[in-house]
Amino acid sequence: MNDATNTRDPIIKFDKVVKRFGDHVVLDELDFEVQRGEKVTIIGPSGSGKSTVLRILMTLEEINDGVVYVGGEPLWHQRKGDSLAPASEQHLRQMRSQLGMVFQQFNLFPHMTVLRNLTEAPVQVLGVSKAEARKRGMELLEMVGLTDQANKYPHQLSGGQQQRVGIARALAMRPKVMLFDEPTSALDPELVGEVLNVIRSLADEHDLTMLLVTHEMHFARQVSDRICFFDQGRIKEQGKPEEIFTAPKEERTRAFLKAVLDPDD
Amino acid sequence: MEWTSYLAPLSQGAWVTVQLTVYSTILGGLCAFVFGLGKLSHNPLLKGFSVAYIEIFRGTSLLVQLFWIYFALPIMGQAIGLDLRFPPVVAGVVALALNIGAYGAEVVRGAVQAVPKEQYEAATALNFTSRKRLWRITLPQAIPEMMPTFGNLAVQNLKDTALVSLISLGDLAFRAEQIRNFTQDSVTVYTLVLFMYFGMALVLTACMKLLERYVGRWRAAGR
Amino acid sequence: MFFGIEWDTSSQWAFAISIFPILLHGLVVTLQATVVGFFIALALGLVLAALKSAPTRIIRWPAKLVTEFIRDTPLLIQLFFLFYVLPEFGLTLPAFLTGALALGVQYSAYTSEVYRAGLEAVAKGQREAARALNLASSRTFTHIILPQAIPRIIPALGNYLVSIMKDVPVLSVVTVLEMLGVAKIIGDRTGGYLIPLSMVGGLYLVMTLIASFGVRYLDTHLPKRGLSLK
Repeated sequence: MNDATNTRDPIIKFDKVVKRFGDHVVLDELDFEVQRGEKVTIIGPSGSGKSTVLRILMTLEEINDGVVYVGGEPLWHQRKGDSLAPASEQHLRQMRSQLGMVFQQFNLFPHMTVLRNLTEAPVQVLGVSKAEARKRGMELLEMVGLTDQANKYPHQLSGGQQQRVGIARALAMRPKVMLFDEPTSALDPELVGEVLNVIRSLADEHDLTMLLVTHEMHFARQVSDRICFFDQGRIKEQGKPEEIFTAPKEERTRAFLKAVLDPDD
Repeated sequence: MEWTSYLAPLSQGAWVTVQLTVYSTILGGLCAFVFGLGKLSHNPLLKGFSVAYIEIFRGTSLLVQLFWIYFALPIMGQAIGLDLRFPPVVAGVVALALNIGAYGAEVVRGAVQAVPKEQYEAATALNFTSRKRLWRITLPQAIPEMMPTFGNLAVQNLKDTALVSLISLGDLAFRAEQIRNFTQDSVTVYTLVLFMYFGMALVLTACMKLLERYVGRWRAAGR
Repeated sequence: MFFGIEWDTSSQWAFAISIFPILLHGLVVTLQATVVGFFIALALGLVLAALKSAPTRIIRWPAKLVTEFIRDTPLLIQLFFLFYVLPEFGLTLPAFLTGALALGVQYSAYTSEVYRAGLEAVAKGQREAARALNLASSRTFTHIILPQAIPRIIPALGNYLVSIMKDVPVLSVVTVLEMLGVAKIIGDRTGGYLIPLSMVGGLYLVMTLIASFGVRYLDTHLPKRGLSLK
């Protein structure tokens, strides 16, 4: 295994996690760790459970077995003495505050202006004052290059602009971990670059842990500390981008990369 | 008798009809939200009660409900030692509101369920409590979708108020029947009254359209 | 005594059991009025729908106004109007028929909209495709549009059938002895409203439950791709 996993204190840890949809096993006793500040990209064929990992972390999907830890605390469970009990809503809310998510379909609130999309949760959930939330919101809009769009509604924006708002909205909650669920898959090709640039600038932040699911292999190679290749609900192979992209060990990885990198052959 | 002499008593009745409509529509709207959201609740007691309310009031006739509240409820009250005798106006408003509220509750439920599940997920990811998610994210998007049907229900309610004349409440329909009894001039009286109801319905429809436009600001024009 | 049946007020159970057959007499009238009213609504609605899609505005406009007028005025007033005004024009109908006619008139406004919406829901593309194939417009209507519209129309009409059933009690004001009217009279004579009125409520619940089950059955079992009219 590579050196990153040797650190003792992973911020995310999946311990033999099982997720089933009916008879279909999506995650098959998955073991998986992410270190603080690490940038990890998950790649793999569709249906391999990539997005499910993110959705479980965001508490949008429950798990069937195993334990997920975030910051050393079990996510879907609460410690009760020595044993683990199912998590209460209160516990889930506490855990969620460490995570932010960017969705494939942006999922902006259509009835709010761009700025309101950024201030609503800080004000309503964190109890930040409106003035402060607006100030922070404008800073974030500046970061994603959309200060002039603050008072527009999401439907007045292009897909790329909407996704940049989506990223700013998640950052407004000051998460420790950012989850990106195929953030550019719903975009027209000419709009992908502006979104990737914003994510790339985030990758420079040391404290922020990032977990990405994407099909943009070139981009993944640039920003990731580690690439995990998922296949049939498990990590088939993982390592530094150079290792995975230039010298994959597994036949499955090689076939997958060949298919996505030179689809014409 | 001149038909113009009917106008004074008929306007009195029309005013009662307007009041009945306004009160019972507002109270009915309240029932619609309480029980429509109750049906979606995870609390089995609240959910069961809401489902029972909706099924009973949609499954029986308004006139049966009105008579039951006005005639039967006092007897039941007697049996359990409570005074449940209501003046006609209270019985009328309550029956109308409960009836229209049951239909409205299904509208509320449908509109809330029609909000895309991605919106729930986004709100969850931003750590909204379920209550704030409902008030800040779901309802502002669902309410504009309810408005056209609410407009129809309000007009339905206006028409239904005519039935309270049958528990001798002095609304427009009651006055009409009185004048007809007195003058036997049924053609004039009922033609007049039909047009008065039609006029009120048009005004009510216009009001509901205004309200619809007002809450329409909450809707995303893009969706 | 009612319909020649005595009631037994010795106990509440005995009372309930003894008036049950009386209420069933009323129930039969309720169902009869529902069916007759429904068929009048189906026929009148068809006329209104046809007029509303007439080629000239002089016919379309008044037809739309009449539909709106019928829909926006109470059944009770329409019933009184027919009950007291028709005889002045020399047309004296039995109360039952007047009542069924009032139901039919009121609901024709709704059924006409069902027909129209059902026909419009059949994609405009279908009409264009038929035109491209050079089918005669009458043949397009009977062979292409109608078979696809009917499966959409029937469940909606079924819902109005249930609504009509729930509006039948209004007919009691013109002395039609439907179920609620019967229960009210029993209550007036015995002073015991609670049991007969509650029983009527219960019977209504049973009937609407059966009816909505039937409508749902139709909705799921009618072929969505269209009926064969052969």
